[in-house]
Amino acid sequence: MKITQISVFLENRKGRLSQVCSMLGQAGINIRALTIAETESFGVLRMVVDKPSEAADLFRKNGITANQTAVVAAEVPDKPGGLAEVLKTLSDSDVNVEYMYGFVEKHSENALLVFRFDNPELAARILRENGLKVIDEKGIQGL
Amino acid sequence: MIWNESIETMSLEDLKNIQSDHLTQLCRYVYENCPAYKQKFDAHSISLSDINSIDDIVKLPFTTKMDMRDNYPFGLFSRPRTDLVEIHVSSGTTGNPTLVGYTRDDISLWSEVMARTLCCAGAEPDDTVQIAYGYGLFTGGLGFHYGALEMGLTIIPTSSGQTKRQLKIMQDFKPRILCCTPSYCLYMAEEAKELGIDPRSASWYIGIFGAEPWSEAMRGEIEAAWNMLATDVYGLSEIIGPGVSQECTYKEGLHIYSDVFYPEIIDPETGQAVAEGEDGELVVTTLTKQGIPLIRYRTRDIVSMTTEPCKCGRTSPRVSKIKGRTDDMIVVRGINVFPSQIEHVLLGIEGTQPHYQIVIDRAAHKLDQVEIMVEVDEKIFSDEIKQMSALSAKIKKEIEAVLSIGVKVHLVEPKTIERSMGKSKRVVDKRSL
Ligand SMILES: [Zn+2]
Repeated sequence: MKITQISVFLENRKGRLSQVCSMLGQAGINIRALTIAETESFGVLRMVVDKPSEAADLFRKNGITANQTAVVAAEVPDKPGGLAEVLKTLSDSDVNVEYMYGFVEKHSENALLVFRFDNPELAARILRENGLKVIDEKGIQGL
Repeated sequence: MIWNESIETMSLEDLKNIQSDHLTQLCRYVYENCPAYKQKFDAHSISLSDINSIDDIVKLPFTTKMDMRDNYPFGLFSRPRTDLVEIHVSSGTTGNPTLVGYTRDDISLWSEVMARTLCCAGAEPDDTVQIAYGYGLFTGGLGFHYGALEMGLTIIPTSSGQTKRQLKIMQDFKPRILCCTPSYCLYMAEEAKELGIDPRSASWYIGIFGAEPWSEAMRGEIEAAWNMLATDVYGLSEIIGPGVSQECTYKEGLHIYSDVFYPEIIDPETGQAVAEGEDGELVVTTLTKQGIPLIRYRTRDIVSMTTEPCKCGRTSPRVSKIKGRTDDMIVVRGINVFPSQIEHVLLGIEGTQPHYQIVIDRAAHKLDQVEIMVEVDEKIFSDEIKQMSALSAKIKKEIEAVLSIGVKVHLVEPKTIERSMGKSKRVVDKRSL
């Protein structure tokens, strides 16, 4: 139940982010979720797209450093304390969240979040065992 | 075992006497037999009577790669071509190639030091050795061949390449010793896994790796991959080929055969000896070679040396792994910086060498600033910022430890470092000196 996240190494240069995004747009690849983590000199753009392997090829061809990691996308109840509950369930099972971010569009009544875990398989199983809906690659394409 | 126990465990005093005798004879020999050296000695007003002990070696002029090229092909030889039984040529990036030649006595010398080398790495007389260094004009293959022949080992001269066959031969004949470049050894590990061979069950127990710089990290990788002892061998064709120095099984520096290859460590700027243990350029004098003996040959390799006795019992000095090259030295805040030192750090951290560039600038407050730009490729990229920051901090810390000056490290996108002729430009000096 893992999905693929594409991460891109970016220097903090003006216009670099929009260049990368429009490169994807021109190739007909849609960004479903996106976040940027940065330091003073560089940043890492992480995203979930509808065609991850095409995106990876595109970056490789254009000499952009990118990699693919397995992440888990799960629906989290969009109500006060909804996320806290999920995080507690995970930490009770000794699963660490490295980082997380939200999807651009809302999925049903729930918020759709991307989680990066050390052990995505285990984390996905725990989430499901606790009644949360975990979205697979097909689900992402259908968004 | 120690191949030549009486020489290799000799007291330092006896060793010095031998070196002194050899040097006096060598000076007379080249003066009488090599016009180029006679000219050099005369130009430096050196009289043969000035050279009575090995300590007098500092009075003699250096020999450089330039001298080799200028005197190409046979100008630096002390024997006529007809006395040579073998010649080797290595291609240079510019100008003439480097030619070396061996008399029959030189081949005996090479066999002797290579037998010492094999023993130093842990070879036993009934061993089988797989020699996967290239045979041919390159000195690697034949050098090991002569040493193994001298020792009476069973030789499998596979030469380099044809990995599948190398692995098949290893499986069929179970050699305990492998000689090749360290990168080829790692490449073979990958290949073995793909063929369903477990490298950890391989018969190779000792590896003798050289002909290219490699890091301690790479040693760890090789030892873990093959479950073998990975030792470092050093040599250069100008001196003899492989067999100038070799690590013993304690892996605490390479024993240099100083009874025949006399080592000095000098400051490449001043030409003066550095204190024991300090980094400097390795200079070697071939004390007994006949065909093309060289006096104070500048290897351009940066190393340190210790004369402390080794646990293995050998008394020869020990030279560190190569820490850099003098070829492209830059001076920053009075400190010699070699791009290759930075290369080594990066190689050690990543196992591969990313594109990098050193930018030196003189800031307003007049202190030279060193910035190291490192291109981030897929091998070192992580989606986790903390890992990237840790990588950057680690590179900074290790480079500072090696250079003893503060540096800034910048991780940059691929292809942002300027390339000239496909190679990235290593140093950008923005200082107006
Ligand atoms: Zn030793």
